[in-house]
Amino acid sequence: MGSRAPLAVRRQGSPFTGIGPVFMKELADHLSSVRMLVLTLFVIAFGAFPVASSLQTLRTVVDPNSFLFLRIFTLEPEQVGISFVAALNFVIPLMAIGLGFDSVNSEFNRRTLSRVLSQPIYRDALLLGKFLAGLATFAVALVALWLMVFGAGLLLLGVPPRGVEVARGLGFLVVAIAYGGVWLAISMLFSVVFRSTATSALCALGLWLFFFLLWPQLASAIVSGVAPGEIRSLEDYAALQDLAMGLMRLSPGTLFSEAVLGLLSPETRTLGPMLPAQMRGAIMGAPLPFDQSLLLIWPQITGLIAGMIVVFAAAYVVFQREEVRA
Amino acid sequence: MADTVIEARGLTKIYGNHRAVDAIDFSIRRGEIFGLLGPNGAGKTTTILMMLGLTETSGGSVDVLGFDPVRQPLEVKRRVGYLPDAVGFYDHLTARENLRYTARLLGLPRREAETRIAEAMESVKLADVLDRRVATFSRGMRQRLGIAEIVMKKAEVAILDEPTSGLDPHSTFELLEMIRGLKRAGVAVLLSSHLLDRVQSVCDRVALFSKGRIALMGTVVELANQVLGAGHPILVEAAGGDIAGILRGIEGVRSVVPEGEGAWRVVADRDVRAAVAHRIVTVGGALTRLADLQPSLEEVYTRYFEGARRAA
Repeated sequence: MGSRAPLAVRRQGSPFTGIGPVFMKELADHLSSVRMLVLTLFVIAFGAFPVASSLQTLRTVVDPNSFLFLRIFTLEPEQVGISFVAALNFVIPLMAIGLGFDSVNSEFNRRTLSRVLSQPIYRDALLLGKFLAGLATFAVALVALWLMVFGAGLLLLGVPPRGVEVARGLGFLVVAIAYGGVWLAISMLFSVVFRSTATSALCALGLWLFFFLLWPQLASAIVSGVAPGEIRSLEDYAALQDLAMGLMRLSPGTLFSEAVLGLLSPETRTLGPMLPAQMRGAIMGAPLPFDQSLLLIWPQITGLIAGMIVVFAAAYVVFQREEVRA
Repeated sequence: MADTVIEARGLTKIYGNHRAVDAIDFSIRRGEIFGLLGPNGAGKTTTILMMLGLTETSGGSVDVLGFDPVRQPLEVKRRVGYLPDAVGFYDHLTARENLRYTARLLGLPRREAETRIAEAMESVKLADVLDRRVATFSRGMRQRLGIAEIVMKKAEVAILDEPTSGLDPHSTFELLEMIRGLKRAGVAVLLSSHLLDRVQSVCDRVALFSKGRIALMGTVVELANQVLGAGHPILVEAAGGDIAGILRGIEGVRSVVPEGEGAWRVVADRDVRAAVAHRIVTVGGALTRLADLQPSLEEVYTRYFEGARRAA
């Protein structure tokens, strides 16, 4: 760490000077890039199949559920075996990684970084502008997809969605954008840490695979490792469950699927094991009001947003300390 | 000292145990071209980055146009144009779009930006490729686009890092001409290079860097006098008889140093070429070459470090 300027030295001028131009340029770059087109096609290809199958099922089978539109998202059609939200859970990280894995190191490799930073802006503005542009691009793509699904539902089901369904759908959109933001921040962190774009992409994808394939096994292994020989009481069992869920919730994908479950399946009353006390007076299968569902998944939403901010802050700290010279 | 634009005092940068820049002092005046010369890794780029506030200083201070780059980097960067070593532009954008992005970062109003971009591109003779993608540009064109960016910025100080490296002789000549153009427009130019002879022609003053220190500083002639000794050096190639003895016998000659087979380097108080020619021909010698030696930075540099090594 050598030496640093004394703490009393404070820089002058707003850290957000120039964030607008950076945002606009990055947004234009993303929207006009071939990569964006590929990612959109990717998501559509992944999403179209479950949605089409769900709609097929919903048209032919009379569903007792009154939240017909939300069923498009959550139904697991027999032919596909994966619901639209499950597909998104898988694909959103990929899309966010695709948007962020080379955002800083490519500037470095093209030797544009020092030239841009010699203009009157701080590094803060460059990084935040890039992040917000990536998030906006992602949001645009996701909103388009969401509208397509709702449009297809309108056309094929022939009934308009109810207000509460639209509200829950919008809530889902916000959660999905926050989830994408987490992965965008992760991929940007790697793009700051690694000079090579290939390494950064590989690490981000590796982490993605780790959370999807390895983490569930690892989490259950840890839980069985610390579990006592025999479970004597309900408290023991509850503690173990808490640990298992806490570990699983380190993966952003778990937070996303829990939040989506609460939003799109209104009958969800709890995300953990259900105690008899919670069942008292409840009518099984009856939907929760929207605000109650929101309350249920509030920790998941704040968790996702907090994760996004923490990872971005880490990228920010690393970027501030980086030497700009080649 | 109203015309001093950059003043460094005891400027130091330490990476780990390595003193990349070791307490250097220099000042640059308005409208002059100042050369930071020295081999790669001597600390030139680090010095430049510290002046722009792009890297923290470890000690000392630098003042750029009355601002402190550590505390007021935005003010400094608004007024200083920087052309990095092997400058990069966004390949998928046109030259105009690249400059437009810079103009937006500078906060220029749209209409003014457009006229400034057109003028700047005109001044570096790139007006005809304004709407071509930068991907198609040659190295020399990219460097000129970098100069155009500085012109567009209306910078008071231009800092050019290795502007001519990797350019062919013709592009180098053109670029140096553009650097002179900046000077004529009243811009103080600081350029760094490891190619001594190329930049010596444009620099008013130079600082020779070595291992993070400024070894020598001044005009080229001053440095030559300091290192090579004052006087008038000439090169003599001749055969037949004791040429060295004859040369020493000529009035005004101070030193005669052999420079290989049948060649001598003569330093005298004045131009003694006529006398040398006369004497050699009179004794029946064959004079094959008689050249006036301009002091070259290359020579100054080599001699200085030879001397330094010998002294050590």
